[in-house]
Amino acid sequence: MTAPATAAPTELPSYLEAAHGPKSWLLTRDHKRIGILYLVAISVFFVLGGLMAVLIRAELATPQGDMFSSDVYNRLFTMHGILMIFFFLIPSIPAVLGNFLLPVMIGAKDLAFPKLNLTSWYLYMIGGLMTFGSLLTGGIDTGWTFYTPMSTTFAQGQVLVTAVGIFVAGFSSILTGLNFIVTIHRMRAPGMTWFRLPLFVWAHYATSIIQILGTPVVAIAILLVGAERLFHIGVFDPKYGGDPLLFQHLFWFYSHPAVYIMILPAMGVMSELVTAFSRKRVFGYHFVAFSSLFIAVIGFLVWGHHMYVSGQSVVAGAIFSFLTMLVAIPSAVKVFNWTATLYKGSISLQTPMLYALGFIGVFLIGGLTGVMLGTLGIDIHVHDTYFIVAHFHYVMVGSAIMGYLGGLHFWWPKITGRMYDEFWSKVGALLIFVGFNTTFFPQFILGYLGMPRRYHMYPAEFQTWNVLSSAGATILGVGYLIPVIYLLWSLKFGAKAPANPWGAKGLEWQTASPPPVENFATPPVVTEEAYAYETSAPAKEVTVGV
Amino acid sequence: MSTVHVTPVRTYLLVFFALMALTFLTVGVAHVNIAHHLPGQVTDAINDAVAMAIAVTKATLVVLFFMHVWHSARLNKIVVWASLFFILILFAFSLADYFSRGWLGVPGK
Repeated sequence: MTAPATAAPTELPSYLEAAHGPKSWLLTRDHKRIGILYLVAISVFFVLGGLMAVLIRAELATPQGDMFSSDVYNRLFTMHGILMIFFFLIPSIPAVLGNFLLPVMIGAKDLAFPKLNLTSWYLYMIGGLMTFGSLLTGGIDTGWTFYTPMSTTFAQGQVLVTAVGIFVAGFSSILTGLNFIVTIHRMRAPGMTWFRLPLFVWAHYATSIIQILGTPVVAIAILLVGAERLFHIGVFDPKYGGDPLLFQHLFWFYSHPAVYIMILPAMGVMSELVTAFSRKRVFGYHFVAFSSLFIAVIGFLVWGHHMYVSGQSVVAGAIFSFLTMLVAIPSAVKVFNWTATLYKGSISLQTPMLYALGFIGVFLIGGLTGVMLGTLGIDIHVHDTYFIVAHFHYVMVGSAIMGYLGGLHFWWPKITGRMYDEFWSKVGALLIFVGFNTTFFPQFILGYLGMPRRYHMYPAEFQTWNVLSSAGATILGVGYLIPVIYLLWSLKFGAKAPANPWGAKGLEWQTASPPPVENFATPPVVTEEAYAYETSAPAKEVTVGV
Repeated sequence: MSTVHVTPVRTYLLVFFALMALTFLTVGVAHVNIAHHLPGQVTDAINDAVAMAIAVTKATLVVLFFMHVWHSARLNKIVVWASLFFILILFAFSLADYFSRGWLGVPGK
């Protein structure tokens, strides 16, 4: 097997050393620096959203509403959802890891439109600051779903500002997707054929399709909410000739595929981690690649499963229920293929792999409960209960954040040029896994027993499970805090990272850590497939920490 | 090297004037109940249909000429058709709900 003819690690100044000062960051067109800008920004929003989750779980530790009024609680869970979904989960992997890695992985110098990339970050920041501003001035109580007529007629809060904030941030997402698609089509290195692309790139290609096709619909839907509040145009309000369910159709047309914007990139990360730490080619490359596209397309056909009890017709509900089952196929293809990749692999349990294995377990539960909820009869029983809350947290928090953290740990040496502490990173990964399951598994039981979501008071019989969930949230919180500490610590005290600390395949590991501004000293030429691990030798041991 | 098609200014001006004319037409038909001027039993929905037809025509002109799709590579045309296909999905499945309400009644009643 021939090695890819790529540039060797060079002595060129890294992208971090090439320029200094705030201006060099705020006006940069380097995709790697823009990835870092996103990393900082989304981390702030994650902390804000996480603090709200802490307050929610503290309130739910007792059956009485002893910390907040109902109205404040409504605003709390609304802003938790909005910040976490629109300003953390959706941009997390694509905007941070995708931005940083996608051009390097395909052997390009940058994304196709560097200025547009920076514009995306500014749009994201403007949208985020508007939404955060609405939080500071009272927030909103509509839930992150903005359902009408609540959002158009009855909600008392900063609905307009928040709506415009999300609208603006939506364009950041669209432009990022556009940039990725053009880059993948036009800027691949010589020899980087479509079927030599890393699966991380395939996953981002599929994600970008959703971002471009879906985001304009939700942006317009939310803008129409604002227009109806201001000008009373008849889109959603029956009094003016509108239909409230039309909003749900428009909203979920995007917001169900949005789940795949969160999970597909994490699946892309998973394929990289499982192969690198099993020292094996991925099982069924083509199936895994096309399953991403299949998920992206089928994801647009299932939105009505959020509306079974909304007044949507029974016939439409049955059609959506049937179509929902189809999504399980490509999702299962991925899980089976990762598992088959592990089979007889030379597995090394380094921190990124712990997150990868955690992902498989958590996603399995999240995915299978998704099949349950897609079934018309079961959904009617558990609709708007904690069963739903547990399900989507298993997919969006458990799986997507496991993927994000796994990827962040895998590529941290490449991004920063520093190694983190292996012991503490393993402790963090284990605490997150235990904390996550202790937080959210009891919520399946609570939901099945009938506890509705979005209430801050509940019957005393539910307290035991709620206390367990709140206790788990504490462990999870500590688990999230630990990486913040050792990753920041590593920036100053971590051992210098070699070009390829994991002995992994892929162009990003053929250049220096951190890479130079133009990524490679000379344009790389690719001569072999992705994941061409030749032997089952164990992963190269790495000295970490100090 | 591929050649890039340069659209003459005259084409842009023609499209611009067509768009302006259609805008005036939109405003004009908004003040007329077309259903009253047609023979037979035509519902007021015809007004919406006409307004939508004008809007779609305008959008088509913008996409074809101002967005250069008319002279674009085949891949760009595929992107446009794919986008239209997804709009079709949005409309078709939403309308599937509206048109089938009441077919099976309400469970329990």
